[in-house]
Amino acid sequence: MTMPVARDKPASFQDLILRLQAYWAAQGCAILQPYDMEVGAGTLHPATVLRALGPRDWRAAYVQPSRRPADARYGENPNRLGHYYQFQVILKPNPQDLQDLYLNSLYEIGIDPGLHDIRFVEDDWENPTVGAWGLGWEVWCDGMEVSQYTYFQQVGGLDVLPVSGELTYGLERLAMYVFGVENVYDLPFNAPDSAVPLTYGDVFLENERQQSAFNFEYSDVDMLQRWFQDCETQSTALRMAEKPLPAYDFALKASHVFNLIDARGVISPTERQSFIARVRDLARGAAEVWASQQAADVG
Amino acid sequence: MPDLLLELLSEEIPARMQARAEADLLRAVIDGLGAEGLAGGATLSQSGPRRLCVMVEGLPARSDDKVEERKGPKVGAPDQAIQGFLRGAGLTDISQADIRFDSKKGDVYVATRTLPGRETQAILAELVPDIVRKFHWPKSMRTGHGTLRWVRPLQRVLCLFDGAVVPFNIEGIASGDQTEGHRVHGRGPYRVRSADDYVAQLSGPGHVMLNRADRLGFIQDRAQAICAASGLELVEDQGLLEEVAGLAEWPQLILGNMDPAFLDLPDEVVRLSMRVHQKYFATRDPSTGQLAPHFIVVANLAAKDGGAQIAAGNARVLSARLEDARFFWENDRRGGLEAMVPKLTRIDFKQGLGTVADKVARTVALAQVLAPVTGADLQQVERAARLCKADLVSEMVYEFPELQGVMGRYYALASGEPAAIAEAIADHYRPQGPSDTVPSAPVAMTVALADKLDTLVGFWAIGETPTGSKDPFALRRAALGVVRIILENGLRLGLRDICDQHARTLGQSGDHDDLLAFFADRLKPHLRDKGQRHDLLDAVFALGEDDLVLIVKRVDALTTFVDSEDGANLLAGFKRAANILKAEEKRGWTAGADVDAALIAQGPAAEQALYDAVCHAESILSLAVVDEAFETAMAALSGLRGAVDAFFDAVIVNDEDPAVRANRLALLDRMRAAMHTVADFDQIAG
Repeated sequence: MTMPVARDKPASFQDLILRLQAYWAAQGCAILQPYDMEVGAGTLHPATVLRALGPRDWRAAYVQPSRRPADARYGENPNRLGHYYQFQVILKPNPQDLQDLYLNSLYEIGIDPGLHDIRFVEDDWENPTVGAWGLGWEVWCDGMEVSQYTYFQQVGGLDVLPVSGELTYGLERLAMYVFGVENVYDLPFNAPDSAVPLTYGDVFLENERQQSAFNFEYSDVDMLQRWFQDCETQSTALRMAEKPLPAYDFALKASHVFNLIDARGVISPTERQSFIARVRDLARGAAEVWASQQAADVG
Repeated sequence: MPDLLLELLSEEIPARMQARAEADLLRAVIDGLGAEGLAGGATLSQSGPRRLCVMVEGLPARSDDKVEERKGPKVGAPDQAIQGFLRGAGLTDISQADIRFDSKKGDVYVATRTLPGRETQAILAELVPDIVRKFHWPKSMRTGHGTLRWVRPLQRVLCLFDGAVVPFNIEGIASGDQTEGHRVHGRGPYRVRSADDYVAQLSGPGHVMLNRADRLGFIQDRAQAICAASGLELVEDQGLLEEVAGLAEWPQLILGNMDPAFLDLPDEVVRLSMRVHQKYFATRDPSTGQLAPHFIVVANLAAKDGGAQIAAGNARVLSARLEDARFFWENDRRGGLEAMVPKLTRIDFKQGLGTVADKVARTVALAQVLAPVTGADLQQVERAARLCKADLVSEMVYEFPELQGVMGRYYALASGEPAAIAEAIADHYRPQGPSDTVPSAPVAMTVALADKLDTLVGFWAIGETPTGSKDPFALRRAALGVVRIILENGLRLGLRDICDQHARTLGQSGDHDDLLAFFADRLKPHLRDKGQRHDLLDAVFALGEDDLVLIVKRVDALTTFVDSEDGANLLAGFKRAANILKAEEKRGWTAGADVDAALIAQGPAAEQALYDAVCHAESILSLAVVDEAFETAMAALSGLRGAVDAFFDAVIVNDEDPAVRANRLALLDRMRAAMHTVADFDQIAG
């Protein structure tokens, strides 16, 4: 095994994404588009969390916008965003050489293995909302966490077989590192020599400002509470009707609505726990029905 | 004699698990070989981020033959028994069995079977896969379609015996003679011929520093050397050293620079950011003892540019972390500690015990009760208790939970609180363990004691007490803290009353026998460390005493006493008396009858002497116990010894005259009761 040489730096944020897509496409992944719903993390895309269940093989990669209302900072914090991108890869079953495949993907976006210190530091991943956990690492590049790397062991409270390998790249952070940029809004979104050069700030700064105002000042909590109940009712009904995919969609909606309520900081700790438990029941319920359908389908 | 070399190569093993796994693997191999009658010479084990390795020198090439004997029925036993024996022993005819004389049964049949020894190679081919499958990791996982549980995916197994591959297969991984080196500097693979060859190839072209102790020593020495060359002093951190030695196969130390502007943050914050988030060693300026704006990072790469980019990258990450920390530090100080207090209603303390705000209110009340005992200023105690948990809602403590108390101290000083209050906020979590220091300033010790007692009484009130090894709320540590704060500061208080009274503020009328026994259990190891006996504590504790200082005084005096000749003899006399009385109690006799002095005067001189000695001892004991003059009390007991011995030598308790007999029992009862004012001698082993 010889060490591959890193490629030159990507020209822009989007070039970095395109390279990751091309690289993982070459590894046999279906390159999916972002899920068309608000989610807090790329893992929650059904292409990861639901496909990790059941016996069928699966490989996919995609960019997923992630919304975390409480992390929004009115565009004033150079490192923190209420809306950002994750690049998500799932390979099921995990190939024997997944670690090498992952390292090669870093070389592909211009990180030179002879210059940068890449480390795998224990970090076991857990998402109680979907009853999922796995073992793995956070991957450090010169002390900065650039990815989360996980071997799923359970999803929806059920053991997975086969095991999937999951990679999550925090795209903005990774790009800031590759481009040596201190402020996320300064990232070159497209190439600086483009006909219309755009920075990350040109694309998203105003969005961060207005969404922050919504998250913290203008969201109607009474309305959100009603929405939450409606999503819960709909999700439960769909689960009873054994339609786990839309049932899961409504669990995701409920989860996002809860995140919006939570960002306002108006609910007590006890209420908060109860919301989290309700979302978990919806997501787990949908996952369980989906898993049994998958097993029956193949068996 | 041939050698064994085993290496299990996997994806990165969590640093905290490596040393233990190395030891477990070595033991499993040695035990497994031992069970087959195979013992080798020198053994060696290694572990690192990606590998566990065991080497055993000088193993025999095969195990010895084993002779197995099986005893059968008596000669002449029924045919059924004989046939059963033949089947079980795998014989076809009874003539194949020997006959031997057995002292109990007479002549019996014995079947002897020789189990031929096996090739060590074949034994290992079964043993190693078995060890791998049964290996215990604190957390393990499956991979792909497999069923094997390993810490992370297993990638290669190298197993050589006598220079040849020991053939086996673990979930699709065939054992072989190849290993891999450092991913960037010398991945290989390398074909290995022997243990020496393995070490030579990995430590040479493989760029792997195999031995954990070597890595530890190397990192330590290099860190010192880099500091010395830059006029710095290393902030030693053994835990961090052990962790980073598990994160690099080829450790390379690089000095990084941080923006000195961040040094206006509290030292604890800077050091924690370095240690927890980034795993850097901090450095000090030796002339001032203050943190220096430099850190040492242990990389796993000898970079082409000498580490310049690694240093720059790490510095940037640290800056971002410290930037966050400064944001928290400034926000927190802007609001001040007082403004945080109302937000404590938002944090649950424990279901059934309300929020942290509720806990603080109870702690304030209890601290005020305790203040007269500790001699602390009442108003300062009230204020310190009110503020002691406020930093839990600060942004800094949300980020670094380890800094609870520490940040409270900084924020208190920033808001102009007196030093005694600020110190009490920081120290009220103490002692955190048996070796942590105990707060000795009056305000701090009061709040520390109130906080712990409130927690204990609260958890007892809701019935969540530790069971077995389960103690998720560290109640044992809290109770040991109470014991140490009381004893080391000589605080005189009745724990039972305090607990009962505090339980009433929780709306409970608690019976705290169990909690007091819990304190006594914490007291035991404390006394044992001072060389004192458990049973003596039991003997004092059984009296219902709940003033820990007094209990320890009594145990001290009692220890000296029972170790003396008088004490040992009196204890024997006490046991004799107590046994007689217990036997009588079973027959319906009851204690407490008056002694008839006139009747005693008619009896033997030894009886009179004991009576006089008991009366004398009683008069001294009653005063001495109240005055806590336990040495005087013990001297009074010593005075009983001669009389007790003489009494048992000369007097028969079981007299024919029932009146005399009853009077003698009453006398022994008086003696027992007198001794009981000092300790429950029944509890003392003797």
